[in-house]
Amino acid sequence: MTATVTAGPRTADAWRQFAGSGWRQRIDVRDFIQANYTPYEGDASFLAGPTDRTRAVWEKVSALFPEERRRGVLDVDAATPSTITSHAPGYIDRDRELIVGLQTDAPLKRAIMPNGGLRMVENSLKAYGYAPDPFVTKVFGTYRKTHNDGVFDAYTPAMRAARKAGIITGLPDAYGRGRIIGDYRRVALYGTDRLIEAKRAERARLDTLPSTADVIRDREELAEQIRALGELTEMAATYGCVISRPATTAHEAVQWLYLGYLAAVKEQNGAAMSLGRTSTFLDVYLQRDLDEDILDERRAQELIDDFVIKLRIVRFLRTPEYDALFSGDPTWVTESIGGIGADGRPLVTRTSFRFLQTLYNLGPAPEPNLTVLWSPRLPAGFKTFCAQVSIDTSAVQYESDELLRPHTGDDTAIACCVSAMAVGRQMQFFGARVNLAKALLYAVNGGRDEMTGEQITPAAPPLTGEYLDYDELTAAYDRILDWLAETYVDALNVIHYMHDKYAYERIEMALHDHPVHRFMACGIAGLSVAVDSLSAVKHARVRTIRDTTGLAVDFKTEGDFPAYGNNDDRVDALAVDLVETFMAKVREHPTYRDAEHTQSVLTITSNVVYGKHTGNTPDGRRAGQPFAPGANPMNGRDRHGVAASALSVAKLPYEAARDGISLTTTITPEGLGHVPEERAGHLVGILDAYMFAGGYHMNVNVLDRAVLEDAMEHPEKYPELTIRVSGYAVNFVRLTREQQLDVISRTFHGSL
Amino acid sequence: MSTVAPGAVTGRIHSWDLSTGVDGPGTRFVLFVNGCPLRCLYCANPDTWHMRDGKKATVDEVAAEIGKYRDFVAAAGGGVTVTGGEPLLQPAFTAAVLRRCKEAGLHTALDTSGFLGARASDALLADTDLVLLDIKSFDVTTYRKLTGGALAPTLDFATRLDRMGKRMWIRYVLVPGWTDGDDAVDGLAGFLSGLESVERVDILPFHKLGAAKYDTLEIPFPLRDTPVPDRTLVERVRDRFRRRGLVAH
Repeated sequence: MTATVTAGPRTADAWRQFAGSGWRQRIDVRDFIQANYTPYEGDASFLAGPTDRTRAVWEKVSALFPEERRRGVLDVDAATPSTITSHAPGYIDRDRELIVGLQTDAPLKRAIMPNGGLRMVENSLKAYGYAPDPFVTKVFGTYRKTHNDGVFDAYTPAMRAARKAGIITGLPDAYGRGRIIGDYRRVALYGTDRLIEAKRAERARLDTLPSTADVIRDREELAEQIRALGELTEMAATYGCVISRPATTAHEAVQWLYLGYLAAVKEQNGAAMSLGRTSTFLDVYLQRDLDEDILDERRAQELIDDFVIKLRIVRFLRTPEYDALFSGDPTWVTESIGGIGADGRPLVTRTSFRFLQTLYNLGPAPEPNLTVLWSPRLPAGFKTFCAQVSIDTSAVQYESDELLRPHTGDDTAIACCVSAMAVGRQMQFFGARVNLAKALLYAVNGGRDEMTGEQITPAAPPLTGEYLDYDELTAAYDRILDWLAETYVDALNVIHYMHDKYAYERIEMALHDHPVHRFMACGIAGLSVAVDSLSAVKHARVRTIRDTTGLAVDFKTEGDFPAYGNNDDRVDALAVDLVETFMAKVREHPTYRDAEHTQSVLTITSNVVYGKHTGNTPDGRRAGQPFAPGANPMNGRDRHGVAASALSVAKLPYEAARDGISLTTTITPEGLGHVPEERAGHLVGILDAYMFAGGYHMNVNVLDRAVLEDAMEHPEKYPELTIRVSGYAVNFVRLTREQQLDVISRTFHGSL
Repeated sequence: MSTVAPGAVTGRIHSWDLSTGVDGPGTRFVLFVNGCPLRCLYCANPDTWHMRDGKKATVDEVAAEIGKYRDFVAAAGGGVTVTGGEPLLQPAFTAAVLRRCKEAGLHTALDTSGFLGARASDALLADTDLVLLDIKSFDVTTYRKLTGGALAPTLDFATRLDRMGKRMWIRYVLVPGWTDGDDAVDGLAGFLSGLESVERVDILPFHKLGAAKYDTLEIPFPLRDTPVPDRTLVERVRDRFRRRGLVAH
């Protein structure tokens, strides 16, 4: 098979029949797409099912999953620090695979990436019963400093205290930051020779500048990028692919693009290793081959199915602590699909459908993280198909193309769950999140931690009244948030300085323009808990219960108060204010490399861990109880159905949370209507209405609680059961038991 | 003649909710009013039987709440449904709410048993785009046993709506042993097939999700031991409607 991929026509042949000129003069994939794609406004009836070949490959690799699930990891190469070229080629089924390339020499065998931190590698190995390799330990313990070491050299005592108390949490100081999307499409369109030439030109421009620290760093990074592109070319050659030249067919385009991505996941175990926005780009190649009768629909779908099989088996070695935060072994191979172009043409193509079709052809699965950029203006046939796929698989998330396009343009892709960036032009420094609910308790207690009694912030006067006074509380909260924003941005600057220094994403950045626009992606957790607590103090009476040291450890609420999630402005306005306030405070602090400040309202699955580390709150939530995920209303407090709940969330201003606002919704099948055939249409209506209202993101699950309960008891019956959590999808049976219970306790919007 | 301004008309309401695809087309704002003249044995909302249990609300207040969802339900292909209880027990209030919805450009639906259909003024019906007509049984004796009321007013109402050309979706709760008899089903199907305005018939399988409310109210739930219909039975009944040329779900 691979022999046919290696034939080497010249660039002119590779670009035969393509229109447009700008993209020929400069590296500009968006311009290429706009000049060449064919919008598709029809329905899903053209799609092809899985071939015997596809089934055979998928069955061969999925047969390994039960063993992997049982042991946590299937296998690890503990002795070879992973680089782009570190491992010999690996295959699932060499004779049948259409798209080749694995992270190591065997499927599901995980690699070690000690640049991030040696201790994390060693802890992960031990957790799964592997011995650390003495040579690796010696190199990274003696000769080669890691990102993790660097961060802890530069952390201040205040940062350490805030981190330990869990008020600033999930920081990428012990794992790869991720959320950087290489423009992997460039490999297919241009080939690596041309990309290296362009990087050399960027580098040459720097050679004329004085050698300041910034310029020196840029020069070194560009040198690393060029080196990485060379290694990518070398790695591809071991699979028989000559990617120094552009792809000449759809088959090569998918293969070249995948090899670019593969190089990234061989060298970086970033939390989120997202793919970008590839389907409509690939459609240009697939459509050309269809027009030339080189392939038919069956074959076109096979190529996408095979590509997706590869994306489904990306694996990283991670610690149990990491798994508690981000459960279910997620890799966030996020692929953004659909959207509308700046010229008003939908960016939906047949290949947008083909990607979604993999959920039928291969069965539901959490990866790749299929993300539809939704607009009420999308073609009806595509909208209906998306909704039907959601109903059938609960594996799709939706983000508002109408909010994204004005900010990041029509070649925006989502990294991780909700983080938008223009592909190849923008990147972000991932900053995890602060715990706003805990911060509120710090306001009550003068900066002492409610769980340990330790003074975490500089000492401030605690609130001493028997009942909490709203004005006193908000004034104290404001001071705590000032401290929190300052400490937080400061800590992120340290982390990203060290990540650039010790674990720089060479290949991903080689697939970006220079200079790149950077975001400093801050985040907040516990929004609904903080807001409902403020509402309780404002609209009811909240009495404090103190321990012998005067620490407020519990609250008794007298009277009713409106809860966030019911489209009630009395409380929703508090949520809007809190989001805007914290964003403004974050913006006051300078960032590393002048990154633009943003924030997300997102928890991923860490809402469980944050809740565990947060005491009783004035809204009635008990100590240790999980927070609601992301921007969700607290479980069970949104009482008026999905529309009311979604409208509360839609009020949160995107301008003050440009890194995304996550809503995870679970609707029962009956909750979408009495007549099954009408449900897809109804879901389309809900998504249209939510986005019209300014909603940013919605994870859609269509499930009965009873199914999840049965899956907890009989996991073996549900190997494919996929659910959307906060921004990504997981195999339900791979969540921790605590997280399964959290999911089951969430609001299910039914039909009564 | 009342001198009260339409916005100040007061009703007794139980609650409001947003629902999708079960109370008319699309996602809808559903207003539950209190008070019902019938006592259906399978009633899932015994907490809406008495007007006195409802909370007072003016049309202005209800319209303000609906206003918050206007754009959402419109974009979602839905509208507003007034249900209960029995909305026609409070005809002035119901009419005023429907009027306000029409003024706001919203699609409106009235969910009623039709028992009090005579109280629905032509003006009220002019402001109603769709009637969800619940026909509890087509057998006079069964109807009385099941609901405590008479069947005739409902059939008269259906006929009146048909003459007006008012769109109707018929709702038929399927209760094993009560409403699954072939003769009654065929009788109803025959009657409905003569009404041009009937767009569809929704067969709603009896369920016991309201049982807990009976416990809270400390009143017996008469059908506690009645089984819910199985899939085969539901399909069989749907088919009997379809055989008369009706669209049945």
